[in-house]
Amino acid sequence: MDIGYYPGCSLTGTAREYDQSIRKVLSELGINLIEIEDWSCCGATSAHATNHLLSVALPLRNFNLAAKQGIKEIFIPCAACYNRFVVAKRDVEQNSQLKKEVEEILEEEVVTNFNIVNMVQIFKMIGKDNILARRQKELSGLKVAAYYGCLLLRPPSAVNFDDAEEPSSMEEIIKFTGAEPINWNFKTECCGASHSITNTNVVLNLSKRIIDDALEMGAEAIVVACPMCHSNLDMRQRNMSKIDSGHKNMPILYLPELVGLSLGLDKESLGLNLHFIDTDPLLSRFSMAIVAKE
Amino acid sequence: MRIGVFVCHCGENIGKTVDCPAVAKEVIKFPNVVYAIDYKYMCSDPGQNMIKQAITEHKLNAVVVASCSPHMHEKTFRKACSAAGLNPYMCEIANIREHCSWVHDNIEEATKKAIDLIRMTVERVKFNAPLAEIKVPITKKALVIGGGISGIQAALDIAGAGFKVILVEKEPSIGGHMSQLSETFPTLDCSQCILTPRMVEAYQHPNIKLYTYSEVENVDGFIGNFKVTIRKKARSVREDLCTGCGLCVQKCPIKKAPSEFDEGLSNRPAIYVPFPQAVPNIPVIDRTVCTYFKTGKCQMCKKVCGREAIDFEQKDQLITEDVGAIIVATGYKLYKINKKDSDSTVKGYGEYGYGKYRDVIDGLQFERLASASGPTAGEILRPSDRKQPKKVVFIQCVGSRDESKGFSYCSKICCMYTAKHAMLYKHKVHDGEAYVFYMDIRSGGKGYDEFVRRAIEEDHVKYIRGRVSRVYEKNGKYIVKGEDTLSSVPIEIEADMVVLATAMVAQPEASKLAQTLGIPYDKYGFYAEVHPKLRPVESSSGGIFLAGACQSPRDIPESVAMASAAASKALVLFGNEMLEREPVVAKVNENTCVGCFYCKKVCAYNAIDLKEIRDKKGNLIKVVASVNTGLCQGCGTCNATCPSKSIELIGFNDEQIFYQIKAL
Repeated sequence: MDIGYYPGCSLTGTAREYDQSIRKVLSELGINLIEIEDWSCCGATSAHATNHLLSVALPLRNFNLAAKQGIKEIFIPCAACYNRFVVAKRDVEQNSQLKKEVEEILEEEVVTNFNIVNMVQIFKMIGKDNILARRQKELSGLKVAAYYGCLLLRPPSAVNFDDAEEPSSMEEIIKFTGAEPINWNFKTECCGASHSITNTNVVLNLSKRIIDDALEMGAEAIVVACPMCHSNLDMRQRNMSKIDSGHKNMPILYLPELVGLSLGLDKESLGLNLHFIDTDPLLSRFSMAIVAKE
Repeated sequence: MRIGVFVCHCGENIGKTVDCPAVAKEVIKFPNVVYAIDYKYMCSDPGQNMIKQAITEHKLNAVVVASCSPHMHEKTFRKACSAAGLNPYMCEIANIREHCSWVHDNIEEATKKAIDLIRMTVERVKFNAPLAEIKVPITKKALVIGGGISGIQAALDIAGAGFKVILVEKEPSIGGHMSQLSETFPTLDCSQCILTPRMVEAYQHPNIKLYTYSEVENVDGFIGNFKVTIRKKARSVREDLCTGCGLCVQKCPIKKAPSEFDEGLSNRPAIYVPFPQAVPNIPVIDRTVCTYFKTGKCQMCKKVCGREAIDFEQKDQLITEDVGAIIVATGYKLYKINKKDSDSTVKGYGEYGYGKYRDVIDGLQFERLASASGPTAGEILRPSDRKQPKKVVFIQCVGSRDESKGFSYCSKICCMYTAKHAMLYKHKVHDGEAYVFYMDIRSGGKGYDEFVRRAIEEDHVKYIRGRVSRVYEKNGKYIVKGEDTLSSVPIEIEADMVVLATAMVAQPEASKLAQTLGIPYDKYGFYAEVHPKLRPVESSSGGIFLAGACQSPRDIPESVAMASAAASKALVLFGNEMLEREPVVAKVNENTCVGCFYCKKVCAYNAIDLKEIRDKKGNLIKVVASVNTGLCQGCGTCNATCPSKSIELIGFNDEQIFYQIKAL
């Protein structure tokens, strides 16, 4: 299956392992990613906080590039990018005046008839049967907390693939790997997002609460589908140890990394060696629990 | 023919966009128009007098009033014409308000259009014929659907006036939601104490025939002459034999069916009376849980019944009743936050943990906890461990006033009952703390705001203005996360119990009943009144009236007032011997009708009958269509369908319509 691919800036930098694991896992599952040529910024954070028109025009530029490549469906793994594309699509579809303004800026007609797919949705599209057919190891007994964050599910009027407050779609994917998604309370709580740079303490407190609840509810790892969530939860744990000496490290995995493990892919190819929090204890925990497929 | 044209300014409504004096000057030039005048308010007394005077002075034999929609004032003007001796059906309305002034802003063009509209109506009225109203008899008996407080009140009022009433309730007992309540705001009088005597009165009233565990299956006919089919569901207990001793209920080995009356907070047997004060006090077998109905064994109830009243073979009975008026009082349901049951249009409130945590309950469940007849005998105890909660959080507007996740309307009673709940809790648990999260406090009503103040000032209930984002369990406590918007701080409360004031919603089968009755309802399933201010208890179907929360969320005093209003509307009807109705009905030309009965197939009102045409010797010549003028609503569908043009709608015949179009 061919599908358009918009990695976004994080996946070329801080979230390199997200991109790496996506490419590896999806190709294992028979997905051919067609990267949008000459893709540019989606307008997340800075653009949509300062200039609405710009924040709509940026995703639409990428839409038009995709159209030129004959792409009908775009897979956008970063939750922030996904959010910008979905919202921009809705905004111009509902507002012909805005559409005209954007067309003036881009100096071409805008195309919006794309199906936009996020990280959870693409696994759903691939389907349980396909994943199970290629599964090498069943991660049975592994307790995982699915963390959605904010952008993947909101605003519900535009992003409508799961319940914004009580989501459950990521848990479905986790079950495909044989791991056990836990019931916990902070699935959609704020991690602090881009305050990471400007007000790090806020992020430390917010993200620590998320990790602590997951720990308390018995999770051995948190699974995310957003580079921002990952960096706040993974990178900031070292500072969390400074404010709380009793802080216990929690490995933070990208959803494709978890799926990749069940496909029998190794640590390096999934980029698990690039995490701040060592994933080795978890991997060794796996090797005990992993039942090799006959 | 001498036609008079009366052009109304409707204050500024028409006058602002249509040059009415110019219109009058123009229309007087039309052939046969002998008189034309404009006036500021044609519907007012002086306006009507102008019409009456002109009819006499100018010997008018037809009148055209250019004004608002005929829905508004056709009756008014026809009455005025009638008072001046003109047949009312010689008066026609040219709608120059809704069809012209309201939808245009160019004066010159709107004026031209108004003149055109009048020209068309003038041409049409030339073919009008004097008509006489149709008289139909009235069955002076009412059907009340729903035996809650509204239905009981309406039934008692009508019965008290000396007319027969059929009261139908779908549950095994009458009493409705009010019988589940503990105390009622704003006086805190016990709900059962004020309700049960009325239930008994309704049961014993010689003019009231009560059908419980019954539902209205079908309604035929029309105002004054309805034919109603009632399905009396099989109770499996013979009402004529049972004395209500309760032995069968005691001996039933099934004990674990969730009690509907206690909102699932207690259990009941398979054969049960919903509550001790039920009316009638006759048990019913729940066939879905009864061992006998499931396995064919047991029959314990039958063995212990000394009256041989248990009848496992009983079947649903269909009963027909003739009534002249129907009062719909089917009430409401509480919105259940459960993803599985919840309406797909509503996104739900999974984040509040209802259905996941046993101590997160809804308003009706709290009523049962607070009620002396409830599962805890009135003690406030947590459903999970039967411990007294020391901190209770009440969350208002769960589903109400929430367009993105729930319903956009306000459920109206929750502010009051939440204040009452918090107050009752504080009265029962003196060292307890009660918190209320609210958006606004809406306490309009006699003694209502004082009641809320009392909760805050005397009972020290802590009101927090803000919404709750999540409720989750931690170490046996329920963490309620919300925002205090008055001090702009996030807030977390460790509660022992959480009570959700969930939205009042229409009964799940409300739309089905509406379709059976032929009454309109809104997008939420609440029944629609004809006019929100001036005709609040009438449905748009003649002879069908509305009472209580089936029309919109409302409290007990309002429901009772509405029920009495609906009853008085039925009594107004019963005050007449014959009913007069508009003569705008279909008429068959029996000479040309070929008896294809396409008209019968398309008629939505079942108004086409078969009529046999016989010669003098009694030989059948042909079968033709015939219109039941009592049922015909004058919609004209048959007229448009008839391939041989043998059906005509009186008052809207082909000539009238064609000449009206030709005038354009």
